[in-house]
Amino acid sequence: MLKKPMLEIRNLHVKVNDQEILNGVDLKVNAGEVHSIMGPNGSGKSTLAQVLAGRDTYEVTEGEIIYQGKNLLEIKPEERACMGIFMAFQYPVEILGVNNTYLLRTALNAQRKFRGLEPMKPVEFAKLLKEKAKIVQMSDDLLQRSVNEGFSGGEKKRNEIFQMAVLEPTLGILDETDSGLDIDALKIVANGVNAMRSKERAFIVITHYQRLLNYIVPDYVHVLVDGKIVKSGGKELAFELESKGYTWIEEEDRTAIPANA
Amino acid sequence: MSVNFDELTNQEYKYGFVTNIEQDIAPRGLNEDIIRLISSKKNEPEWMLEWRLKAYRHWCTMKEPKWHNVYYPPIDYNNISYYAAPKKKPESLDEVDPELLKTYEKLGIPLNEQKMLAGVAVDAVFDSVSLITTFKEKLAELGIIFCSFSEAVLKHPELVKKYLGLVVPYTDNYFASLNSAVFSDGSFVYVPKGVRSPMELSTYFRINAENTGQFERTLIIADEGSYVSYLEGCTAPKRDENQLHAAVVELITHDNATIKYSTIQNWYPGDKDGKGGIYNFVTKRGRCLGRNSHISWTQVETGSAITWKYPSCILEGDNSVGEFYSVAITNNRQQADTGTKMIHVGKNTRSNIVSKGISAGFGQNTYRGLVQIHKSADGARNYTQCDSMLIGDKCGAHTFPYIEVKNSSAQMEHEASTSKIGEDQIFYLKQRGLSAEDAVSMIVNGFCKKVISELPFEFAIEAERLLSISLEGSVG
Repeated sequence: MLKKPMLEIRNLHVKVNDQEILNGVDLKVNAGEVHSIMGPNGSGKSTLAQVLAGRDTYEVTEGEIIYQGKNLLEIKPEERACMGIFMAFQYPVEILGVNNTYLLRTALNAQRKFRGLEPMKPVEFAKLLKEKAKIVQMSDDLLQRSVNEGFSGGEKKRNEIFQMAVLEPTLGILDETDSGLDIDALKIVANGVNAMRSKERAFIVITHYQRLLNYIVPDYVHVLVDGKIVKSGGKELAFELESKGYTWIEEEDRTAIPANA
Repeated sequence: MSVNFDELTNQEYKYGFVTNIEQDIAPRGLNEDIIRLISSKKNEPEWMLEWRLKAYRHWCTMKEPKWHNVYYPPIDYNNISYYAAPKKKPESLDEVDPELLKTYEKLGIPLNEQKMLAGVAVDAVFDSVSLITTFKEKLAELGIIFCSFSEAVLKHPELVKKYLGLVVPYTDNYFASLNSAVFSDGSFVYVPKGVRSPMELSTYFRINAENTGQFERTLIIADEGSYVSYLEGCTAPKRDENQLHAAVVELITHDNATIKYSTIQNWYPGDKDGKGGIYNFVTKRGRCLGRNSHISWTQVETGSAITWKYPSCILEGDNSVGEFYSVAITNNRQQADTGTKMIHVGKNTRSNIVSKGISAGFGQNTYRGLVQIHKSADGARNYTQCDSMLIGDKCGAHTFPYIEVKNSSAQMEHEASTSKIGEDQIFYLKQRGLSAEDAVSMIVNGFCKKVISELPFEFAIEAERLLSISLEGSVG
């Protein structure tokens, strides 16, 4: 018997301000897998991430998303988070006066409560923070500052991965986490993600460039063009894209017979 | 699943209960006989009655001011009762009506000294009278006088005569004059030379009776080199009528003395349609008479249908310091017009203003502030930070800063910002697992942190909780 995928997206159509951004995305993600979604600017990569996280500015007009056997589209964003969906934001927001550590403790305990667990004891939490901070080289200073306030671009992205490490999600979605990172920061972020890879956990890594995939090696690569996945393959697809560019796919796509014709 | 700013639900006001107790209530109306009645109920000496009558006669010549940015129907001053008190006047805690003790327990202010927060002395004012003042004896050992205002008039007339009206004269403004005529009770504090009060002093004001106004008067004097931290809290039952609360607070610091005055104001704000609630029209002012003296106001204003107050500092002594830290929340139909006046007279005087206004629902929030540098105030400095946050699109934030500088050596800084609570911020926190309400509460508390951190520790947590409760229902 085939095991059920953790996440299954079927024929997903999404509109923003009456403009169709996604038109018929299909994707299956099993536990333990890393899927990379690549594509040119404006192809709908970030929209897909936002819809998975539950952002309400996007209107789903057709299709469905099944996560852990449940209809995800009927579930509030905070409950999705509690069910183990984590999104590392492309543009993490600043929240003045809210201590980074305080946010994490509140979030972790909210998630634990949802799962019927007691709040984590302060000592235990401090230990957890220390351990996870090491993975992405977060300094004490960054932990104690207001959420993302005055953080550099790289620090903000590292903070996202750090939060992910503490919250230990089942499905991690990285929305262009590599954009704006220098090579050292990129390695730190990738190490953080790699340290979390496991049989129970899956990742969707959205990126514009193949560069990140040298460090986070995906099991599958999907190419999103004009709101549709036009090509899927193994990691070698990423290299091919890097050398030939997206136009290669677009041309190929135009000449190919539609899969569902 | 959306953040629906329009969907306002009725917020829960958990202090809205009424205590059933036999009350001694003066007939409605305002005239010289009523003032004589109040004065005789308190067995006041002749000079006190005379002062009240002078104030009343002056008030009769005044007109209610209209320059504020708040709206309310005309108040019928003859339809208010100016005195209400529980019938049995207790001599000690044992004699306090158990109903009243229960009331304060419910409010989280146990009056039994064993049960109290360690390090906080409380004066409990119920409608027009002070019920009990705790830790009085312990403070007396250090020479600190902490008692009800009525008691101070009887037992320390020389101090009251010397300082009453020194900061806010009975001619000061419409509501201060009214208060001077009919003030009922309040707290009196005197800290002698060189004494540092070992505990927080606090007064808990409770309005209970219907159709009454509360007009308390507080006077705090910090003699040379002394220090005192004082906190007031306020609640009232839910009622459909508006009730008037017109208090006067006067603070005086001598050389090297410090008064830290904190307010957590949670009067009943009215329902979501603006029915009922307290009109909180208050005059609060301090005079830094001495060199190097220091007055600091911190206020968290979450309640009242209308809040209208400007805790101010007159910085007369050289090197004196005035501070004002404020959080004002208006939700549903609440209105607030609040801020401060910093009057620099002495040399090298400094003032610091941090104001955070939050508007939600149909709330209207106004910051109004005056920073005045007199000719004599060489080297004066002011820093003002004035931030407004809007939640939803039907509320308003308004700012009226006045700056008058008559000395060219002054250094003035003014920063202001207005922001809308971000959908992006709320979504970010939700994505981490927080509910919409917890997300808003976290963002607002972060926004107010600079002010909350000025509160005595015991009350900072209470204030944070209050901020969350006040905004309940502001996001769907």
